[in-house]
Formats: sequence, C-alpha cells, structure tokens
Amino acid sequence: MAKPKSTKTPKPDELSKIDYRPPEKQWMEVPVEFKPGTYCYGARPKYLEEVGFPNPREWQPYEDDWKLPDNWKDIVLEGIDDRLKKYRSFRLFMDICVRCGACADKCHFYIGSGDPKNMPVLRAELMRSVYRKYFTASGKLLGKKAGARELTMDVFKEWWYYFYQCTECRRCSVFCPYGIDTAEITIMAREIINLLGCNTDWIAGPVANCYHKGNHLGLEPHTIQSNIEMMCDDIEEITGIRIEPTFNRKGAEILFVTPSGDLFGIPGVYTCMGYLMLFHELGLDYTWSTYASEGGNFGFFTSNEMAKRLHYKIYAEAKRLGVKWILGGECGHMWRLIHQYLDTWWGPADFLEVPKSPITGTVFEHAKSTKMVHVVEFTADLIRHGKIKLDPSRNDHLRVTFHDSCNTSRGMGIFEEPRYVLKHVVNHFYEMPENTIREKTFCCGSGSGLNASENMELRMRGGFPRANAVKYVNEKYGVNMLANICAIDRAALTTLMQYWVPEVEVCGVHELVGNALVMTGEKERTMDLRLEDLPGKEEEEEDV
Amino acid sequence: MVGSSQKGVNHGDNLTLHPKTMELRDLLQDRREVILRRWFDVIIKTYPEETSRFLQKEKDQFANPVGHAISEGISGVYEQLFGEIQPEEVTPFLDRVIRIRAIQEFTPSQAIGFMFLLKDVIRQELGEEIQKAGIAKQLVEIESKIDKLALMAFDIYMQCREKIYELKATEMRNMTYKLLERANLLKEIDDGSDQNDLP
Ligand code: SF4
Ligand code: SF4
Repeated sequence: MAKPKSTKTPKPDELSKIDYRPPEKQWMEVPVEFKPGTYCYGARPKYLEEVGFPNPREWQPYEDDWKLPDNWKDIVLEGIDDRLKKYRSFRLFMDICVRCGACADKCHFYIGSGDPKNMPVLRAELMRSVYRKYFTASGKLLGKKAGARELTMDVFKEWWYYFYQCTECRRCSVFCPYGIDTAEITIMAREIINLLGCNTDWIAGPVANCYHKGNHLGLEPHTIQSNIEMMCDDIEEITGIRIEPTFNRKGAEILFVTPSGDLFGIPGVYTCMGYLMLFHELGLDYTWSTYASEGGNFGFFTSNEMAKRLHYKIYAEAKRLGVKWILGGECGHMWRLIHQYLDTWWGPADFLEVPKSPITGTVFEHAKSTKMVHVVEFTADLIRHGKIKLDPSRNDHLRVTFHDSCNTSRGMGIFEEPRYVLKHVVNHFYEMPENTIREKTFCCGSGSGLNASENMELRMRGGFPRANAVKYVNEKYGVNMLANICAIDRAALTTLMQYWVPEVEVCGVHELVGNALVMTGEKERTMDLRLEDLPGKEEEEEDV
Repeated sequence: MVGSSQKGVNHGDNLTLHPKTMELRDLLQDRREVILRRWFDVIIKTYPEETSRFLQKEKDQFANPVGHAISEGISGVYEQLFGEIQPEEVTPFLDRVIRIRAIQEFTPSQAIGFMFLLKDVIRQELGEEIQKAGIAKQLVEIESKIDKLALMAFDIYMQCREKIYELKATEMRNMTYKLLERANLLKEIDDGSDQNDLP
C-alpha cells in the first residue's frame, strides 16, 4: 500500500545542530507533505459504488494525481455554498472567529504533535481562508491581506490531510468564548471532500458493509448468532448458568442494539458478556437483531445524508419486530447521533413507547422522543433501586479509572451514570486529573474513523494527552484498568495503552458489572469474564 | 573552543579561585538549574516557534504533557552524569522523551539528537570555567558518558519504532480476526479482490 518515504541520512555535523526548526514561512505557503503514519489509505472504488458516492476510482493520498474530475473546483465551491445556505452554524463559524487563540492549545492532536496546523483555530482557518476568498466581499477584494486564499490542489490536499487529523471531539469548543465548534467545520469539510470521492478506505469500507449487511464488518446473521452463543459458552464456564438469548424475536418488549465491536472485538466481547448476564439475571424481555446489528455509524464521518440512511435500520427493525423501545449498548458516536441528530432526521419515533424500565418502573423521560436508552443509564437506575445483587470484591484485582468518551460526555452529557455504576461494582476507583475528564476529557485520538492501523503514529500523538493522564493515576494509585463506555475506545485505547502505559488494560463498564453481578443459581466464581483466575479463589480451590 | 582549554591550565589566579579539588561534577551540580533550563530550551526549539512557546509557557503537566515529559526526562538523565551510568535508573527517563519523539515528525537522528545538545549546552555554559580550571579531561569523560547515553537512547528509539510496527501489524488481528478466524465465518462484500482489513 503506502510507499514509505526514505528518511534522509544526516551528515555528522547535523547531528549536533542546535536548531532543527524548519525555516519560518507563512502557514499558507507551506504545502502539505504526506508522511507515512499520519494518514489513512484512499477508499477502494467498490465501497463508494456500493452506496453511490461520487468518483469511485483507485487512488492514494500520497500520489500526485488524485484523479479528480476537471470541474473539481466548481464542485467544491458549490459544495461550500450549499452548506453555507443549509447550515447556519457553518456560516456563523466561518464568520465569527476573532482569533483569540483560546482554543489553540486545547486540541490533543496539537498537544501531541506540536504541528501548528493542528491548532483548532488554524485547522478551521484552512477552510475559512477559502471561504473568505469566494464568499466575502473583503476577501474577494483584498485577498491575502484579508486572510483569503485561492482554492488550489495544494489547498485541497492540505484540507484532506488536516481534516483527517481531527477526531471531531469538540474539546476545543469547550474553551472558545464564542462556542465555535471546530468539529462541525471538520464535518462540513469532510462532506465537501467526499463530493470528490476522496474518502478514506477505513471509513468507506464500514459504510458500505453497514449499508449492505447491517454492520461495519459485514457479518451475516448466522455469524452474529454463533458468536454470541460462543460468549454464552464462556459465561456457562464461568457461572454454571446457560443463557439462551433470542434473535429477531417479534413481540419482544425491548430491542437491544450495540456496536459490532462488542460482538467480535477484544475486549468488547467481555462487555457484551456483561450485558448478556445482566439481562438474563433480570429476566428481561428483549431481543437481539441480526439486521440492526450495528450501533455505530461511520456514515457520520462521510456526510449527514449517509449517516441518516444508515441510522434508519435501527428504527425500521424496531418497527418490524414490534418492540416497545430500544436499549443501546456502550457506544460513543451512536449516542451523539441519537441525541443530536435523530429527531431532525427521523423523529420523533412515535410508533414506539416512552422507555420504561420493566424492573424499576422508571420512565426515561429524556428519551421521550428518541425512545432509546443507554445501557449505563438503565443499569445505574437498577442499582439505585437495589434491583441487582453485586459483589464488588470480585473486581478487587482491578484498580479502575474512567475515560469519558468525547461523544457520550461532551456530545450528550453522560457523566454521572458510569461513575455511579463503577463505584458500586468495584472497590478501587480513582479519577484522572480534573482537566482531563468530564467535559474537558481528552480524546482517545482515534475517533471519527481515524482508528485505522496505517496512521498509527498520528493516533499515538493524538492519544498522548489521554495516555499521560492514565500514566499519572497508574503511577500514583496503581490503576491497572481503564474503563469506558465506547466501542471505539475499547479497541483504540487498548492499542494506545500498549504503547504508552502497558501496565494498564481496557474494559467496558459492563464487563465489571458482569464480574460483580451475583446471579441466581450461579456456582462460586473462580474466574473473571476474561477467563482469568480470580486472585485468591484459585488457591482456595486447591486447598479443598 | 573548549578543545584547546588545556592551554589555560597555568593561569596563576585560577589556583586561588578554584582549589585543586575543583571537579567538573561540582560545577555540573552547582549549575544544574541553568544547564537544565538551557538544555530544555534548545530541545523545544526543535519544534515550530508557536509550539516551543507553548511547551515552555504552559506549566500544567496535563495540559502540556510533552513539555512536562521533556523536563522530567532530561533532569533524570542529567543525574547520570555524576556517577556510573545505571541503565535501569536512566532508561525510564530517556524513555519519557524518546517515546514521544519516536512518533512525532522527526527523523531518527533528530529524535535522539537532543542528547547531543547537552554537550553544546555544557560547553557553552561551563566552557570558560573548565578551561580556567584545567579540567578538560573531565569534560571528555562527561562527553563520552553522554555518548553512551545517546546510544542507549537510540536503542530505546528503535524499541519504540518496533512497537509501532508491531501495533500496526497486530492490532486488527487481535481485535477482530482472531475471533472471526476461530469461527471461520468471515464474509465480505465480494468483488473478487482479497481484502480483509476493516474495523
Ligand atoms: S477560541 Fe474561538 S474565537 Fe478564539 S480562536 Fe478559537 S475558534 Fe476563534
Ligand atoms: S474537534 Fe477535537 S480534534 Fe478537532 S480541532 Fe477540536 S479539539 Fe482538535
């Protein structure tokens, strides 16, 4: 795939040179250089064809010729124009930045890379400068003096490079006195870039698969079912209890949807085992669907339209099965979409009922319109009403901290529920420092479709501020487990930890719930959900 | 240049200013703060100007983890100049700096070049006194110690790079395909090509 560029061999005297800084130039004048490790591969044509995206072709970002249509510039400018008319926030964000710099050093990619074009203000300026040139009187007239510049191929490539170095995490917006959300600028930029078919393979593939088969991996119904059954085998080994979940069952009260990472990825499957055990213990009348088999939505990383198309399957399936409401697993962007976009797209989902916990009777008023509840809200409510028996000492081998995923925290305000659950299922819980959690949380560095492997260096840079805070609690309190409620996090943070803090592992909150959950008729637990011996228990057995 | 400092040995008043027991390590100890500060400054100058300003200015270790790691890392490394190099002791400090530079946009030589910058800083900061005290030989010893540390830095750099390649190669296999392979159940959109690398 990508040709690694050779690094120049330095002359001996260069080794001790004091200043490696590149010659200072105006940022506008430095064209982007595609360095391996920082970008994702270009999308294969079959994926674009699958969903009718424009300009399907073989291409790679490091190639000179991106094989764009002759009128590419018109397409881009029209794309900007359309969106300026359609989204007031976009025009506002293009106009009102006063370049105060408050956001500049708040982006994890800037903090980790030191590349000034990763400052949110400058990232936005990449597009704003073109906006000024073609859509404002001063820019048309004064050009560069007004911070305006021509749209050229170099500029377009620079957009591509840096708008795929933003995880749409919104951290910068927390610090902007005007509330400018650079994530939204990135979202617009990616839509516009995709008008020319310059998607990444890592995003376009899951989109096509999801459209075709219902989930990112393109897993077929029997695969999903047999993998869940495999998890049930493991649960039986651990607890002695056989769980028989149902699939595509019409008339169930609740439809459960989780990201496909929970079905197949490690450590996602352990989280999934936690859900299975909890629902079994409650005797919940719920069903899995092998069609609405993906909570995540990579369409969101291509365009609003595509996200909308992919999202509908969850509601179509709820309708088909005749369920009352939908319970959703531990996922990140799935919840941002439900919380912020769903009603505009398809809502309100009037054919469903306002979610009401059949166990506690709690009515989830906040989900009145979407009819969808996050499993951590559901579980927190169970604990609050004393409806489940927990033995947190089964997690005593773990010292746990919690990572707020950007989407569930900044995107929709879930802060307390996961902490509440964690504090009831583990005895050792420690927070990371205040300026790295809750609304100021640091991104995993791999969100918004950047969790490919070929851009590993970029991910390690972007994730460094997060890892640094984890390292701190690891050294200070001996933290060895990083819990979260997002499937991308479970995968991405695992890799991040392996590089920065290998002492720390990653889990979903419901894995820890599953460990602590005292189930009716279970045998004495000697293993945790990872099938690893529970410290102390093993010896007890041998002593007998 | 300090290389010619031997010539300065015989200045009479040096003997009164610096008794014979004058050791370079004492100088390095006394001037620890200022040397470390200068070393830090030249390291962060390897970043673009806006960034070196940020790395210097922001004191919160979580808001500025790179600056913090560099300053902690180099002060730990500096301690090694005073005795035999203790690999287990110094490795975590070297690691703190190199692990970061190994994934930033530096060539290998730039990534570990910060060790050599220490030589320049010491010469600039203490050159004159070393010359006056006639302890250039000790400087040579210190410098060869720095060379050794730089070699260790290079090993750590290589380990970091290998880790990155390993993570690239194994991430997907570990995350998904192990299970799918076990179940032997993977299906893809079929276009005749063999590809198998999606999230
Ligand atoms: S904080 Fe807001 S107004 Fe200030 S530079 Fe950043 S985006 Fe512009
Ligand atoms: S949204 Fe996040 S990744 Fe994007 S510029 Fe802002 S802080 Fe950086």
